[in-house]
Amino acid sequence: MKPRRKRLSFILLGMLLLFVAAWMVFRALGNNLSYFFSPTEVAQGKAPANHVFRLGGLVEKGSLKRADRGNQVEVSFVVTDNQQSVPVRYNGILPDLFAEGRGVIAQGHLGKDGVFVADEVLAKHDENYMPPEVADALKKAHKEGVAQMATGAKRP
Amino acid sequence: MSSRILNWFKFASPATFYPLAGTIGRAAAAVAVVLLAVGLYMSFFVAPTDYKQGEGYRIIFVHVPAAWMSMFIYVVMAFWAATGLVFRTRLSFMMARALAPTGALMTFIALWTGAFWGKPMWGAWWVWDARLTSELILFFLYVGYIALQGAIPDVRRGDRAGAILLLVGVVNIPIIYFSVKWWNTLHQGASVSITKGSSMAAVMLETMLIMTFAFWAYAIAVAMARVRLIILERERDTRWVSELPEVAG
Repeated sequence: MKPRRKRLSFILLGMLLLFVAAWMVFRALGNNLSYFFSPTEVAQGKAPANHVFRLGGLVEKGSLKRADRGNQVEVSFVVTDNQQSVPVRYNGILPDLFAEGRGVIAQGHLGKDGVFVADEVLAKHDENYMPPEVADALKKAHKEGVAQMATGAKRP
Repeated sequence: MSSRILNWFKFASPATFYPLAGTIGRAAAAVAVVLLAVGLYMSFFVAPTDYKQGEGYRIIFVHVPAAWMSMFIYVVMAFWAATGLVFRTRLSFMMARALAPTGALMTFIALWTGAFWGKPMWGAWWVWDARLTSELILFFLYVGYIALQGAIPDVRRGDRAGAILLLVGVVNIPIIYFSVKWWNTLHQGASVSITKGSSMAAVMLETMLIMTFAFWAYAIAVAMARVRLIILERERDTRWVSELPEVAG
């Protein structure tokens, strides 16, 4: 029984050390493993200036504009995280899931005028999966709730 | 109590496990066929269209079960590796080896279907975000284990080297699972979690769970078939193998 115990404790100790080492590595790396920066992080100056990075957030409602310039379509929109927002300019094709009010990740660099010039735009999907009827019902319920609050009506 | 422990160790012997593996494997194969038929039918015809992604979302019925299995099989393999190292049971190493190709296959399916989903939905086949990268590392761990275990001619030494690689690689599993929580990733967060429940419509969730059990049964069936072959190969010089009707005949 004794050598068996020894081997077991050796493995457990090894695994413990391994996890502690991994934990320390990832603590040291911190945010460097993040795929994108949020508008708040950009406003705080955490995003690299003069360097390509990715900006992620929601497309602000009513901010999407398309400008025809000859044979090129320039798209501009505002990326927000409901705290800060960054205007974005982009030449190219937008993915299917791209829409106002939805998640987006743009890769590019921040211009001197504070406009983010994107080379690539990806749509970020959320974890919600539901049929359209349910989505409609949720939307309706939300609107009614907001209307009720606006008119000061008490909830039943 | 002691008799129960003895019973347990009885099945650690390849000679007693060989026929048992056959029975378990056949039962699991039957379950897998039924569940896969039901699951695929529900995936294509019963589950409703998604409100945002349309029909393309149906790929999750293969993608998510495969991704879950890729992580789960690895943990099971690491468990067998640890058991083998501690108790020196030959069968444990054989189980780990038998599961490896299925784990690699599941990882590959998860990556492949993810790319097919990513192109229309995100606009990219592949991105180097934390979730995708750590899953790719898992694939390399599976392939690396198979290669390392097979590259050492002495089976016992190969098994032990492979087992250590498996145990070291376990670090990657929580990284894959929590990557979407710890860092900003392009990959969305978990739709189904133990703590928060599910953010999917009920029918979609049921379909996905049926597919998960189908994959589970499939993994058991092929692992059992494979472990039987490994037992035959490694125990070929023993008397009980030479007396088997399928070998003697």
